[in-house]
Amino acid sequence: MTGKETVSVVLVGVGGQGILLASEIIAKAAMLAGYKVKTNEVHGMAQRGGSVIAQIRYGSEVHSPLVTSGTARVMGALEHIEALRYADYLAPDGMAVVNAQSVIPVTVSMGAAKYPNNVAEMLKETFSKLIYINASKMAVELGNIKASNVVLVGTLSKGLDLPLDVWQEAVASCVPEKHRDLNLKAFETGRNFV
Amino acid sequence: MKQLMSGNEAIARGAYEAGVTVAAGYPGTPSTEILENAIKYKPDIYCEWAPNEKVAFEMAAGASCAGARSIVTMKHVGLNVAADPLMTLSYIGVEGGFVACVADDPGMHSSQNEQDTRNYARFAKIPIFEPADSQDAKDFVLLAMEISEKYQTPVILRSTTRVSHSRSLVEVGQRTVPKRDIGMEKNPPRFVPIPVWGRIMRQKVEKRLNLLREDAAKSNANRIERRDNALGIITSSMAYQYVREVWPEASVLKLGFSYPFPDSLIREFAGGVDRLLVVEELDDILEEHIKALGIECQGREYVSGIGELSTSRLQVSRALMEGRKTAAEKSPQFELPDRPPVLCPGCPHRGVFYALGKFDVVVAGDIGCYSLGALKPLDRMDIILCMGGGISLAHGFDKAGDPRKIVGVVGDSTFFHSGITGLLDITYNKGKSTIIVLDNRTTAMTGHQDHPGTGRTLMGEETVPISIQDVGKACGIKRVTTIDPYNLEDTLKVIEEETNAEEPSLIVSQAPCPLRKRQHVGPVRTIDAELCKKCNKCLKLGCPAIEGGEEIRINQFLCEGCGLCEQICPSNAIHPVNEEGKI
Repeated sequence: MTGKETVSVVLVGVGGQGILLASEIIAKAAMLAGYKVKTNEVHGMAQRGGSVIAQIRYGSEVHSPLVTSGTARVMGALEHIEALRYADYLAPDGMAVVNAQSVIPVTVSMGAAKYPNNVAEMLKETFSKLIYINASKMAVELGNIKASNVVLVGTLSKGLDLPLDVWQEAVASCVPEKHRDLNLKAFETGRNFV
Repeated sequence: MKQLMSGNEAIARGAYEAGVTVAAGYPGTPSTEILENAIKYKPDIYCEWAPNEKVAFEMAAGASCAGARSIVTMKHVGLNVAADPLMTLSYIGVEGGFVACVADDPGMHSSQNEQDTRNYARFAKIPIFEPADSQDAKDFVLLAMEISEKYQTPVILRSTTRVSHSRSLVEVGQRTVPKRDIGMEKNPPRFVPIPVWGRIMRQKVEKRLNLLREDAAKSNANRIERRDNALGIITSSMAYQYVREVWPEASVLKLGFSYPFPDSLIREFAGGVDRLLVVEELDDILEEHIKALGIECQGREYVSGIGELSTSRLQVSRALMEGRKTAAEKSPQFELPDRPPVLCPGCPHRGVFYALGKFDVVVAGDIGCYSLGALKPLDRMDIILCMGGGISLAHGFDKAGDPRKIVGVVGDSTFFHSGITGLLDITYNKGKSTIIVLDNRTTAMTGHQDHPGTGRTLMGEETVPISIQDVGKACGIKRVTTIDPYNLEDTLKVIEEETNAEEPSLIVSQAPCPLRKRQHVGPVRTIDAELCKKCNKCLKLGCPAIEGGEEIRINQFLCEGCGLCEQICPSNAIHPVNEEGKI
């Protein structure tokens, strides 16, 4: 990390996709690396299948837990149109790691809105540094779709200069012991994707 | 080593270190996790979910009057319910420290209004503390306990959504339990506010305020940070963090012990800067007071009191102050479908709302997950006011002579919270509304807390489960029916019968929240594309697992197997994925 810069990360997706765990892992890794850390997450009404965002900031000094728009170094999106919805958070040279996964909102199902059919192009147009990854498919192959979030963390870890061993320690300490191996593998799979 | 804690975890930790032995509350976002973390310190801290905030407040007040250090937790609107005991506990005062931990929700992330709890401190003439991060949150509980005991006053600790749900590093300490004999002292003039004694208490409250004001001016919780003297900013709570990023060069008076207003400190700070700005979230309480002191300051001209603040919003405020143009807000590059929160797949409430859609009735709703029944396509809730309000509002429509049948809808935890008195009103005053309790056996919206109907306490003990049906009967309701909301035919039949009855009735729609049970309701369903006539009827359920479009399909990862779609499909195109059923 260069000087006193505060690093900001945003994670977006749909309530129930495991954003909170992903956020916890990133915060833990930054903490283990010796930085001051602040995070923010959404609870309650906003979690019920709605659009959600979690924010993580670390550095030698952190004031606001919320990320100012246009300043995030990395965005991780567990659902691809959610990446577009929160695109403004990312710095112009920021990296977007986007899961090629559609979760159809009820507004679309009932015909009140359209789900775009050219998401890949829209993402390319929006993000200068884009990693488009099928984390859900990778997680299914590893044995549990619920590990998609950790696959995604693995990939976006490449955009954050924290050492590999703190990432592994963070993953191991944030998940239940019986899922530890699966999640460590999920992290590695995501990290090796780039 | 420092620990990463949410504001709510830190408040619980503060209570533990302060020697709190009794903690009570009622769940409400963003306050819920305070007690959920306090319970980790059992048996050192006795914790309970009370039926509502008023009861929780009174229970904790009792513990405190008996000498125990206690906390009570609730969300901002919960303090309205507990306002009655609050206003008079201020007069009676406490023995063991008493801190009401109240969490506001600027931005209304999960609330029906945006009220500012700081008004209550001034209203009740008691001190308030406002943490700006998790370390503050922990430290201020300890400070608040000291102030509470020193002046025998209840104290409010005001958090906000961003303070409660942000994590930051906290230095933890040891628990110290103050030496104090537990036992209610017999001293009626001290504890009984009948007018003759109450008037004396009233005098004491004002004297106490003056002493507290001096304490606030000297408190470590209030801090002047001298930097450039061209601009000074007075701020509190999370707004402090945003101010530090947006005006890194400005001098700051950070208020943590913010009421009674530390006037001498405000004057000292204002005297040392050329221009004074007040940055506060929600009401302009500080700004009004500072102006009343005769000190020139600005605030509302640049910082809106509506919605929550953020660094982005304050950057606009700064540009405005400096006469700079701000970049016009970028309109989104693409049009994206909205993604509002919805009732979860398999939610037992869905069947009731779908069924209610078949009747020309007025539906008064209430606060909980089922508030989402107001959204399209279910669209079956006409009004929501407050906790328990659905029942009494229904009675009001009835007595006003609304020509339609009247239905009130309330959740199980909400029924115990403040629905029972409304039900009594209906029977006592000869109403004829139909009340439906959506009993999913938990307080679901806030993350599955127990309540008097679940048979389990926060301490983890088995207890007597209170029957909603029996309470209904005891309230004088003769027509009490229990339905399975996953059985649509039966649900429709019962609603038809009960709304047509010429007397009040209670329908208990009983099925546990599948999120809580962590198991499917039934076998996962699939749509046979060859049989599907694309009539879109199943989409009227508003189930997130049923994805519409060119082809309607059921998302196998989301489906909880409630089977409602199978029941309403006119083409018999929906069936379980496999005969064995559960996946």
